[in-house]
Amino acid sequence: MKILSLVAGLLFSALALAQQGPIKVGMSMPQTGTLGAGGKAALVALNMWVEDVNGRGGLLGRKVELIAYDDQTNPALTPAIYTKLLDIDKVDLLIAPYGTVPTAPIMPLVKQRDLLLMGNFSFQVNRTVKHDKWFNNSPWNDASSWSDGFIKNGQKLGAKSIAFLAADQEFAQNLANGARVLAKKAGLKTVYDQNYPPATVDFSTMIRGIRAAKPDMVFVMSYPNDSVAIVRAVNEIGVGESVKMFGGGMVGLQFTPIMASLGSMLNGIVNYNSYVPGMKYPGIEEFLSRYAKKAVAAKVDPLGFYLPPFNYAIGQMYEQAIKATKSLNHKVLADYLHKNEMKTIVGPIRYGPDGEWKNARVVQAQFRGIVDKDVDQFRQPGKQVVLYPDRYKTGNVMAPFEKIRK
Amino acid sequence: MVFSFELLQEAVLFGVLLGCFYAAVSIGLSVSFGLLDVPHVAHPAIMVFGSYCTYLLGLYGFDPIVAGIVLMPAFFLLGVGVYRFYYEAFEKRGSEAGVRGIAFFFGLALIVEVGLILAFGVDQRTVEADYIGKSLSLGEMRIPLRMLVAFGVALVLMLALMLYLSKTFTGRAIKAVAQDEPALRLMGADPVRIKQWAFGIATGVSALAGALLIIIGPVEPGMDRVYIGRTFAVVVLAGLGSMTGTLAAGLILGISESIVLMHFGASWAPAVAFGLLLIVLGIRPQGLFGR
Repeated sequence: MKILSLVAGLLFSALALAQQGPIKVGMSMPQTGTLGAGGKAALVALNMWVEDVNGRGGLLGRKVELIAYDDQTNPALTPAIYTKLLDIDKVDLLIAPYGTVPTAPIMPLVKQRDLLLMGNFSFQVNRTVKHDKWFNNSPWNDASSWSDGFIKNGQKLGAKSIAFLAADQEFAQNLANGARVLAKKAGLKTVYDQNYPPATVDFSTMIRGIRAAKPDMVFVMSYPNDSVAIVRAVNEIGVGESVKMFGGGMVGLQFTPIMASLGSMLNGIVNYNSYVPGMKYPGIEEFLSRYAKKAVAAKVDPLGFYLPPFNYAIGQMYEQAIKATKSLNHKVLADYLHKNEMKTIVGPIRYGPDGEWKNARVVQAQFRGIVDKDVDQFRQPGKQVVLYPDRYKTGNVMAPFEKIRK
Repeated sequence: MVFSFELLQEAVLFGVLLGCFYAAVSIGLSVSFGLLDVPHVAHPAIMVFGSYCTYLLGLYGFDPIVAGIVLMPAFFLLGVGVYRFYYEAFEKRGSEAGVRGIAFFFGLALIVEVGLILAFGVDQRTVEADYIGKSLSLGEMRIPLRMLVAFGVALVLMLALMLYLSKTFTGRAIKAVAQDEPALRLMGADPVRIKQWAFGIATGVSALAGALLIIIGPVEPGMDRVYIGRTFAVVVLAGLGSMTGTLAAGLILGISESIVLMHFGASWAPAVAFGLLLIVLGIRPQGLFGR
C-alpha cells in the first residue's frame, strides 16, 4: 500500500511538473538585416545551452524552451515582439536582442513591468533608463571602456591628432562620444569628424577626406556592411602616411565570413574584440569546437568567437542563478546576479550597480600576417595580436598603418 | 573639414562615378515604373537576386560583368513571367487593382529576400575580380577601379537601352504603350505583349545592375531596402520613363551627395539629394526630362 501511494505520489508530482510546462525564455533576435549574421550565430549558441541544460534535466525540474522571433534588425519591431512574448507566449524569462539599436526601444517596457532583462552586446542602453534588473553580457561597461585601449596605444605611438568616422546611429554615436571625450582628455586634436548615414553606399569620398586631414590616428565606429566598404575604400584610396593607427570600433571585423572575405586587407587594423584565440577561459575551447560543427549546418559564422560564447554565457548565468535561488522570480534572480560572481565560458563576471560588467574586458587587437582565402588562419593565436588589456597582451602595436600593410 | 579645389575636383569625380552607378541600378525601374506604370517595388530585390546569381557564377570562374550579361536572358524570361502574373491577377481588372498590385510586388520582394536567406544565409557575399580592391593613381588622386568599371558598364548599358528604345520597332512600341495604349491597340499591336516584353527587358537589365551592385560592395539579402528610396528618387527626378533623364538624375544625386559629403558632412548628403528632388518636382512636377 505504501509503495502504491509512493508511486501515485511520484506520478502526481511528475504530472504536476508536466502541467507546469517548460520554462519559456523569450527574445527577439536579428536574423535578417544588418545584424542578422551575428544574430543567427548567437541563436545557435543559445540553442546549444538549451540542449545542454535540458540534457542535465532542465531547471527546477522543468524543461527549458527558447522562443526567438526575428526582429529584422528593426528597432520599430522589438517593443511589439516583447509585448507578445510577455502577454501571449507568457514567457518566464527574457533575453534582449543582439545590439544596441534593437534593444533600446524595449528598455522602457521592461522597466515599467519591472522585469529582469539579460542584455546582449548592447552599449549603454541602461545609462538613462537606470533599470535595476538589467544585466548585459558584453565585456564593456561605460563609453571609455571600449575606446580606452585604442587611444592609449595611439598615445604610445606619439599620436597628436585623431579623425573620427562614425555611423549615425545610437550605438555608434554613444561610442563616438566616449572616444571623443577620451581623445580630448588625452590632448589629441580632432582634425576630422564625420557621421555618415546608415545607407551610405561608398566611402571613397570620406576616406579621401581623412587622407586630406592628415590625422595620426583614425577611430572608426561602423556597422558590418559599412565596415567592409570602409576597409575596401581604405585599401583603394589609402589613408595617408600620417596615420599610425586605424580602426577601433568596427563591428563586423569579428565575424568570420567578413574576415575571410577581406583577407589581407585587414592587416594593420587595430580593432575591438570580445575574444581572440589564445585567451584562456574554462570551457570555451570545448564550446567553440561543438559550436563549429553546428554552425556549418546552420550556415552561420563557422568560428563564432565574437557573439556565440557570450550568448551561451547568458544561459549559464540564468542557470546558475535559478539553481542557486530555486526561483524564477525576477527580483530574486536580479538580487542574486547583483551579489554573486557568475561563472561562464567567457570567464567570471561580476556586475556593477548599473548592470554592466564591473571590470570591462574589451580587447583591442591588431590584425597581422593575414593572407587571402584562408578561414582556418583565424583560429591561430597571433593573427590578432592583443594590444590591450595588459593582462591578455600578446604584443606591441606596430605602425605606421600604411607601411605595415605592405 | 578640409576645403580645397583639389578635393572639390575629386568629390565631383567620385560623384560622377557614383551617379552613373545610381543610374545603372535605376534604369530597369525607369522602364517598368516609368514607362509601364507598374509599381515595381521589388526592383531592388530582383537586383539583389541578380547579385547572388552573379556570386554563384563567380564560384565557377565567371567574371562578374560576364556573369551579369550571361544572366540577362534568364532574368528576361523571369520578368516576362512576373509581368504576366501581375497582369492576369491585377492590371487586367482595372487601374485600382493595378495599384493594389503594389502589395504583390512588396510580397515578391519579401519572398526574394527570404529565399536568399534560406539559400545563402544572412552573411555578406562578395565576388572577386582583378578590378576589385585596386585603384588607378592619377597623381595624388586614386580612383577605385571597381567604380570605373561600374561607370563604364553603366554608360554602355544606358546607351544600348536608349538606342533600343529609339531605333527599333519594339523599342518605339514600348515608348508608345507608355504614351497612348489605346492608340497602339488601334495600330494592331498588342499592348500587353509589348508591356510583357518591356518588363522582361527591365528585369534582364536588373541582372547586370545586380552584377554592378556586388562589384561595388558586398551584398546581403536585405540590401534591397538600401536602394528602394534611391532608385525611385532617380526615376521620379528623371521624369518617368526618360533614359537620358535617368542618367542625368543619377549624376545629380551622385555629385550632390559626394560634394556635400566631402565638404559639409555625410549626414547632410541624403537630405540635400532628396531636397533637390523636392525642389525639382516643385518647379517641374513631371521631372527633369518628363513630358
